[in-house]
Amino acid sequence: MEEEPRIGVFVCHCGVNIGGIVNVPEVTEYAKKLPFVTYAEHNLYTCSEAGLAAIKTAIKEYNLNRVVVASCTPRTHEPLFRGTCKEAGLNPYLFEMANIRDQCSWVHMHEAEKATVKAKDLVRMAVAKAALLEPQTEPEVEVKDVSLVIGAGVAGMTAALSMANQGFKVYLVDRDKEPGGIVRRLYKLYPTLADSSEVIDPLIEVVKSHKNIDLLTSMTLKEVLGYVGNFHVTLTSSGGDKDIDVGTIIVACGALNYRPPKGLYQYGVYDKVITQEELDGVLKRGNVGEPERIVMIQCVGARKGEIRPSELEAFPRSDTAELLRKILKARKEEGWPYCSRICCMNAIKNAILVKERSPKTDVVILFGDLRVYKEYEDFYRMARDLEVRFVRHIEEVPPEITQRSDGKLEVAAYDALSGLEVKFPTDWVVLSTPLRPRRSEVLLARMLKVPISTDGFLMEAHLKLRPVDTNVDGVFLAGTVSGPKDIPESIISGEAAAARASILMGNRKVVTDAITAVVDEGLCIGCGLCEEICPYGAPKIEDRKSKVREILCRGCGSCAAECPRRAITMRHFGEHQVLAQVKALLMPEA
Amino acid sequence: MQKGVVVIGGGIAGIQASSDLANRGFKVYLVEKSPSIGGRMAQLDKTFPTMDCSMCILAPKMIECVRHPNVQLLTYSEVKDVKGSVGNFKVRVLKKPRYIDERKCTGCGICAENCPSEAPNEFDENIGMRKAVYMPFPQAVPRVMVIDKDNCLECGLCDNVCPANAVNREQQPEEIELDVGAVIVATGFDVFDPSVIPQYGYKRFQNVITAMELERTLCASGPTGGHLIRPSDGKIPRSIAFIQCIGSRDRRKWINHPYCSSICCKYAVKDAVLIKEHEPDSRITIFYIDMRAFGRGFQEFVNRAKSEFGITFTRSNPGEVSEDPNTNNVVVWFEDPITRTVQHASFDLVVLCPTLIPRKGVEELAKTLGAELDSYGFFKSADAVKKPLDTTVSGIFACGYCVGPKTGDIPDSVAQGSATASRVAEVLARLEVA
Repeated sequence: MEEEPRIGVFVCHCGVNIGGIVNVPEVTEYAKKLPFVTYAEHNLYTCSEAGLAAIKTAIKEYNLNRVVVASCTPRTHEPLFRGTCKEAGLNPYLFEMANIRDQCSWVHMHEAEKATVKAKDLVRMAVAKAALLEPQTEPEVEVKDVSLVIGAGVAGMTAALSMANQGFKVYLVDRDKEPGGIVRRLYKLYPTLADSSEVIDPLIEVVKSHKNIDLLTSMTLKEVLGYVGNFHVTLTSSGGDKDIDVGTIIVACGALNYRPPKGLYQYGVYDKVITQEELDGVLKRGNVGEPERIVMIQCVGARKGEIRPSELEAFPRSDTAELLRKILKARKEEGWPYCSRICCMNAIKNAILVKERSPKTDVVILFGDLRVYKEYEDFYRMARDLEVRFVRHIEEVPPEITQRSDGKLEVAAYDALSGLEVKFPTDWVVLSTPLRPRRSEVLLARMLKVPISTDGFLMEAHLKLRPVDTNVDGVFLAGTVSGPKDIPESIISGEAAAARASILMGNRKVVTDAITAVVDEGLCIGCGLCEEICPYGAPKIEDRKSKVREILCRGCGSCAAECPRRAITMRHFGEHQVLAQVKALLMPEA
Repeated sequence: MQKGVVVIGGGIAGIQASSDLANRGFKVYLVEKSPSIGGRMAQLDKTFPTMDCSMCILAPKMIECVRHPNVQLLTYSEVKDVKGSVGNFKVRVLKKPRYIDERKCTGCGICAENCPSEAPNEFDENIGMRKAVYMPFPQAVPRVMVIDKDNCLECGLCDNVCPANAVNREQQPEEIELDVGAVIVATGFDVFDPSVIPQYGYKRFQNVITAMELERTLCASGPTGGHLIRPSDGKIPRSIAFIQCIGSRDRRKWINHPYCSSICCKYAVKDAVLIKEHEPDSRITIFYIDMRAFGRGFQEFVNRAKSEFGITFTRSNPGEVSEDPNTNNVVVWFEDPITRTVQHASFDLVVLCPTLIPRKGVEELAKTLGAELDSYGFFKSADAVKKPLDTTVSGIFACGYCVGPKTGDIPDSVAQGSATASRVAEVLARLEVA
């Protein structure tokens, strides 16, 4: 840009968040004296409607062609300020941010003066970069109005149906011969005690007959190429491969029931020590009989252990798939650190079913905390009315299971109320185990480039505000693939993922970020290091030159750092721009 | 342009539903009863378990929502009448007078600076005061003042000082009729008033407060500037007790909230950790029945609260709270689960975690919509398992806490907001085909 930079600086008080520590008026006055700064002001909340209006007014009034906001983090607020610049007719990439909250007022809350000095440093750096900013154009991509749903469980089927009903074509893929997922194998559901078939069968029926749904069973993913709007997916089965082109992908491949290793609570040693899943099967077949007593133990393999620092350290730099493999291996023995959310209700359900069939059986549930959240409290009440016994035991001391000389099992646990050891002779011991992530996620996560969380489940884009989005555009999560959920919660997440995917497909196009790598072909020697290092497969060597496919590039900068010829630069993060910032920091008077 | 949709309630669930629908091409009328959108999330300090600043992550979402050309925001407005059926609802909205011209007001706040009349600040849970002409909180959307006529002295000072000439004390209520295809209800929750159970001492003892009051006190933009002080003497409390399940899991006829409100264990642990971060020397005890830290990352968070922050968890449901009249310290009487004896312990401050209950006026709204409520007073699902967010009326959906504690936290509310958007798109698309 030939035009002389005219920079406007807006310094935010963030109420007392910044203003309570950093001397904001002083920083503003300082900014006014910096090169190319035409205008500076401070606002109580720059992100409020008033603050944004002030930016727009100043752009017009002072004919600003660059904007710097010194406030919080670009992670949450950059899109907002960029949008504001755009509304005022300024290219959104002529905007720069200085984070004087996290990096000044928060970390230096006990050193107000130094925090103010540092805020000035950061503003000076931002202004130095802003003067060199260039306008950028965001590439626009066509979005195919076809979706791929991976996993035909209750969440996947719900998502597929929702999109199909909105008129989008959906490929619904499952590794099993039949759709229905984990729910199809269940017997009864809590809290209605209805047959699982009542929920799952009608859904299967509609999914199978819907004209917009192509149900592909006994198939798995082999390869995923492409990007939002234009994914090329290869599916594979014993019958061969199938290629499809889709605009969005919803991952709904579920979770598995944790199976305790042999010997844990004598599982696999005595055949009357079983899991809730196995009891479900026994009840389904109707051969529970009339046992004198059944003892259930909660949190077997859940809420155990802590994620080790070594595991955390590996995250997020390491290959996510490698991380998951490590976690899975460690967890196999000691169990999972999280609460699996559904096991308390599941145990109560099976206890009620036993009581209904055999009222004389004494059903004892050993628990630490009973997590019957929401209106499931009524369901808990129902079990107590049926005289199911809930015994709170001291969790830290795992119950011991032995076999008596008469062949019966005996569970010894410490009662939390009396503090005494109690012994329950019993016919069955039933272990409540958590849902755990699938091993096949390793491959899936790698193919889709979706990160894995430290608990082993796929990670959402933002834990609070983007629960079904991932950090890969066009890829969404539904159901237990992102952590334990019950059926209504899975259905809700399926519908939510469908909503997010439908927005992209309904608009038929999407705008992506302009911060991508640019290759200077004159300097490129076609060594291929960029192609090797890129986690997103963006650069490709063609005719001995690197070509970056912009749409795949996430702007991480790995290739630019690696390039031995310095042939690659990043838009918006050019070497001259970054060096100007460094120079502004180290040589403030220059 | 497709058929419009009315979204009732501008909390995080309603905001998500509105944004998703607008991005999907629907015209959205977002109707909010109070002067600003933002809902409960706007009142929170931090969110568990990531400790993100609540307002910092909410504010961009609020602005993104109302900026969308397909969203028409109607604040300080209430739905008065709904007629018709799915695909064809006629919704009558009453826009209450703000006594401020929305088009002229710039939200500069000069009127509030000059206003001589004060009233308790609802946004800060009535800790501290606001003026009779006010904005509920600095990041309010829209950024427009409102005059609270009940506390207005009619002195006319605001009118005299307003540089935009925006004050209009003659403003009349306005009725708006909207033709829409579907309705989404996202009216949220109220907090149970703990003074209903007198033995907990709320409103009898100054140093017994609710968790929502604590939340405002901890918030840097709250009435105390983020300084944790106790009400009786303004001193920093060194020992704090949390009492869980105030009015929840309680079947007593005169209380009758048998359900678990799903979020209190988690936010109590969050607040305890926040206090520890503010004042590392504080001694904190959480009295609870069952520690319900279900859901992603919460058990791990509780473990950290114990090991890293040294918070004491006492499994006991205290029977009574009394006050030491000399120090205003609060004494909690409880059964010690280990010795099985009645014990008492003195604290500088006691925080009650009350259950969440249906919004006031929800019965009336349900009647207007023709939708049924469940036995607790939340919106009833058409099918609790298969169609959790469909109300009993076709074309009317519900999300967020107004469907009861089946939600719980923010991510659940966001997912539900998106899910109702999906349901609307689905149902209206099917009507079009038919």
